[in-house]
Order: sequence, then C-alpha cells, then structure tokens
Amino acid sequence: MDSTFLVLEPGSFTTVQDAGRRGYQKLGVPVSGAADEYAFRVANLLAGNHSNAAVLEMTVVGCTLAALKPTWVGVTGAEAEIKKNGSKMAGWSGFALEPGDVLRMDKVRQGCRLYLGVSGGIDVPEVMASRSTNAQAGFGGYRGRALRKGDFLSVVEPSRDARVRSEIPRKFVPDLSEKMVLRCLPGPQADFFRSRGEELFASEYRVTTQADKRGIRLEGPALQHASDSPGGVLSEPSLPGNIQVPGDGSPIVLLREQTVGGYAKVATVISSDLWRLGQAAPGDRIRFQPVDRETAVSLRREMHQRLKELENILHGQSQGSFLDMEGNTV
Amino acid sequence: MRLESQATDMLHYRDSGDGGLLVELGDRIDWTLNTRTRRLALLLEREALPGVVEIVPAYCSFLILFEPATLNTERLKAQIEELFQEIEDSDDEEPGASGRSVEIPVCYGGDYGPDLASVAQNNGLSPEEVVRIHSSGIYPVYMLGFAPGFPYLGGLDESIATPRLDTPRSHVPAGSVGIAGAQTGIYPLASPGGWRLIGRTPLTLFDPEAEDPVPYYRPGDSLRFVAVSEEEYNRILREACHG
Repeated sequence: MDSTFLVLEPGSFTTVQDAGRRGYQKLGVPVSGAADEYAFRVANLLAGNHSNAAVLEMTVVGCTLAALKPTWVGVTGAEAEIKKNGSKMAGWSGFALEPGDVLRMDKVRQGCRLYLGVSGGIDVPEVMASRSTNAQAGFGGYRGRALRKGDFLSVVEPSRDARVRSEIPRKFVPDLSEKMVLRCLPGPQADFFRSRGEELFASEYRVTTQADKRGIRLEGPALQHASDSPGGVLSEPSLPGNIQVPGDGSPIVLLREQTVGGYAKVATVISSDLWRLGQAAPGDRIRFQPVDRETAVSLRREMHQRLKELENILHGQSQGSFLDMEGNTV
Repeated sequence: MRLESQATDMLHYRDSGDGGLLVELGDRIDWTLNTRTRRLALLLEREALPGVVEIVPAYCSFLILFEPATLNTERLKAQIEELFQEIEDSDDEEPGASGRSVEIPVCYGGDYGPDLASVAQNNGLSPEEVVRIHSSGIYPVYMLGFAPGFPYLGGLDESIATPRLDTPRSHVPAGSVGIAGAQTGIYPLASPGGWRLIGRTPLTLFDPEAEDPVPYYRPGDSLRFVAVSEEEYNRILREACHG
C-alpha cells in the first residue's frame, strides 16, 4: 500500500484540483481548477511544491484524513477549525504529519473553500493535461468525482524537502471578514445595458444558494437592458469573472466550469480579484467597483509580486522560482 | 493603407476582463463567416504568442485568453489584422471545403427516442417521415461548447422543428439525439435536458481518457445521421467495448 492518506470523512464536496485544464475549451471542456487561485498557490508554497501541484479543495465542510505515511502539508483558504489529533492548528500554515495522525478540517466559519497542499502534490492521473476534477462531467481528479469515505490518496514523490517555514507573515493572509469589493472592467456587452450597467456599481448584491463552480447567481437590484438592446448575443466563449445578465435582470458571475453563453455580459471581475469569488458563500454581500484596464493590469502584476515575495520568504531566494504565473493563469 | 483599414472595419474587439479579448467577425450564424473565424483563430493559435493561454472559437467570434501582465493587446490586435488580411487575400476560400463528412449511426424511436412520436405529431408527420427527414439532412458543426464535445449544429429541416419539453428530464443518456426548436443536437454525456429525444447513437462522442477526447468531429465538419436498427446499434456498442 503506497497511499499517503485514507479519507475518514469526505466533507461536503472535496475534490482534487490544480491550476486548471488549458487548451480544451475549444472542445467544450471548461478550465476547472482551484476556485481560489491565491489560496491554492499559497497552499502549494507552504507544502514546498511548485505552483501547479494538485491539492484538495474542500467546499463548506472540510474532510478528515488519516495519514499513512510521513508527509508535510499546507492548509489555506477559508477560516475553519483545523485539528491534528484533536489539537488546534493555525490556518495558513504548514506542518508535518506522521503515520497514524488524524487531520480534521471542520465546517468553514468565514469564506467557502479550504485548500490542503501536500508535499509532492496529490497523485492522480492527468486527464487532458490536468489533475483537476470536473465533477459535472465526471472526469479528472480522483476518479472524476468528489472524495468519499474510505478513498485512499497517493502523493507524488516530492522533488525536495518540503520542510519550509511553517508560518507566513500576517499580511499574506486575506481577511475574509472584510466587505467583499470586486473590481471590474466594463463587460463585452456593457453597451447593451441602461447607462452601461451603472446600477451594478451603485448597489449591494447578495450571493444566493445557486452557487457552484459554473457560476454564482446574485440577488439585488435587477439590471435593466437598454431599450434598443438585443438582450442576448449569439453564443460566444466566456471566461471566469464575466457577469452575465439573463432576462430577469439578476446577475450571474461565471466561474470555472462554463465555456460559452448567450447572455449579455455587463462587466467582468478583474483577474486579481477572482480568487475572492472562490470564497463567496451564500448570504455574503458584494459590491462592485469599476476600474480601468491599466489599474487591472497593475493589480495583476502586484499579485504576481506578492506571491513571488512570499515564495522568497518561504523558500529562500537561492532555489530558483517555483512560480510559473505566466501562461498558467487567467 | 487601404487593406489595413479594411481589416479594421471588419473586425470588432470587445474586452472580456483584463485577461480576455473577444474578436468578432460578424454577428450572425453563417457558414462562410464561421469558416473565416475558425481559420483566423487557428492561424493566431499557430503564432504561439507569448502570454496567450488559449483561443476559443465560436460561431463568428473567438476569445483569446491571455496573461495580462505579459501580453500587450495593441500588438496582439495588429497581429490579428495582419493574419486577417492573409485570409482575405488567399483564394482557397471555398466554404467548409476542408471539413470532413462524418456519419453518425442513430437508432431512432423506441426507448432510444421517446419523443419521436411527439415530434411527428407536432409537425403532422408520421414517425417514419421524421426519421427520413432527419437522416437525410447535412448538419454543419459550427462550434463545440456548453458541455464537453457538444456540437452546435446547423441545418435542421424546419418541417421537423419542435419546441423543447415543458419540463426538462433529469436524466438524458449519453448519445441521445434531440430536437429543440429549430436546432438538432447530440448529448455527448448524460445530463439533465429539455430537448425532444428522437434517437440515440452508440458512438462514444466524448472520451476524456482518449488521445482525442472528441474523436468524431470538429467545427468545420458536417454530420449525417444514419438510421440503424437496434441490432446494429448493439453491435457497434459491443465493438466499441472490445475494440
């Protein structure tokens, strides 16, 4: 038996994810991948991995694992109680597990998704160049599905010692209790909406229970289509962060499991704020804020730099970069 | 230059966030336009520009996904216009000439097509006539999307167009062939759905583990549905299992 973990409790929806599946959207295969890209990358940094190693993504209720082999893990993402053999562990930290240790990640108190990075990365076969689970279509990750009680998980042999610094400076831990403000660029069809969708930025929206990795339906003031608007468009490719508006006027923010759509898109959440949507839970309040392209691009660069800085703190500057942000993310 | 301004007139750009650029060549479902769209997307993909992550073609537009910290969109647009000009200048513009003709075996009616009777009734035809009309059409594949391997097809004879079911089914088996309004399509994977099901193909249209996950068709190809008996359907299924 060369498994590293036995799943004692699967949690409510725990899947294997990496940075996503690239190059197959033209076949209708969505990108999938970790919904909170920042927490995903930090979980890997804490586990001593390159940035695209596969992790466990837990939604709302975390899982309980028994370690069968010595390993090193990093836990990030939503705020939740994390216990090793009954003792509390700090979130956004890395620590060792010995055979027989039980790691329990509880229901989240703030945010929506927890990430467990493991030294070497979770070992599942690559399907279409990615280890991410597409649970909707039933492929990738662990047998194309969410984990179940009794599943055994293997990890890839780590290429180096994972025992990096176990804690990270506070400034690298996002405060999920802060009000969610998502910065946006005007959507591809902003001109289809009355005053180019200004209402979106003037009001507060609430995350409904209709929220999964395809998208998040919001509740709030309905957005009015302009009187001369055709309403929808011919089916066209979409991307995570697009805010589409069906006929009822209630916006839907698209996430990682949608490839095309025919609804007009009023705005698009900028790439450096997308991670926050991965932590949006039903009932959370969201405000949208317009920014210009220059701001969006410089915020994107800041995000890269922040991760680079954290990598240097955790791994030292001499080891060469494990981060490949270019071309790996959107 | 005159030629460059021509490209600028015919291409329309829409920003889709800081990491996406939609390029539109028109705003209608049209085979020539679709062919040109696919060709331009393919040429651009071959350029393998640094920072470009993925290119996704649709009916008459394509989306370029890119890393915003790396890629300069003005340079990208200039490149697109140059490639567009190449396409405009080339003469081998026979629409869909390069596409393959693909036969999809379908067992119509019975358990495979529980809505065949209602499609017939809706159009004042016999079920046999619906099968004859559906299996004598040629259906161009415009794009794939919505679900893995799902083809957006044109070409349905309007004499068998039928509205969707009022209440969608919670489970539609993989391979189901259906009609929704003036469209026909195939479900590559089992899913919920509201299309009127008239038959089913034994072919595995989406196989994530295969070297080519969508083995039978690509945008640019044309599909023909060929009516097969239940015996033939089962024989193809068995062969796929053992092959």
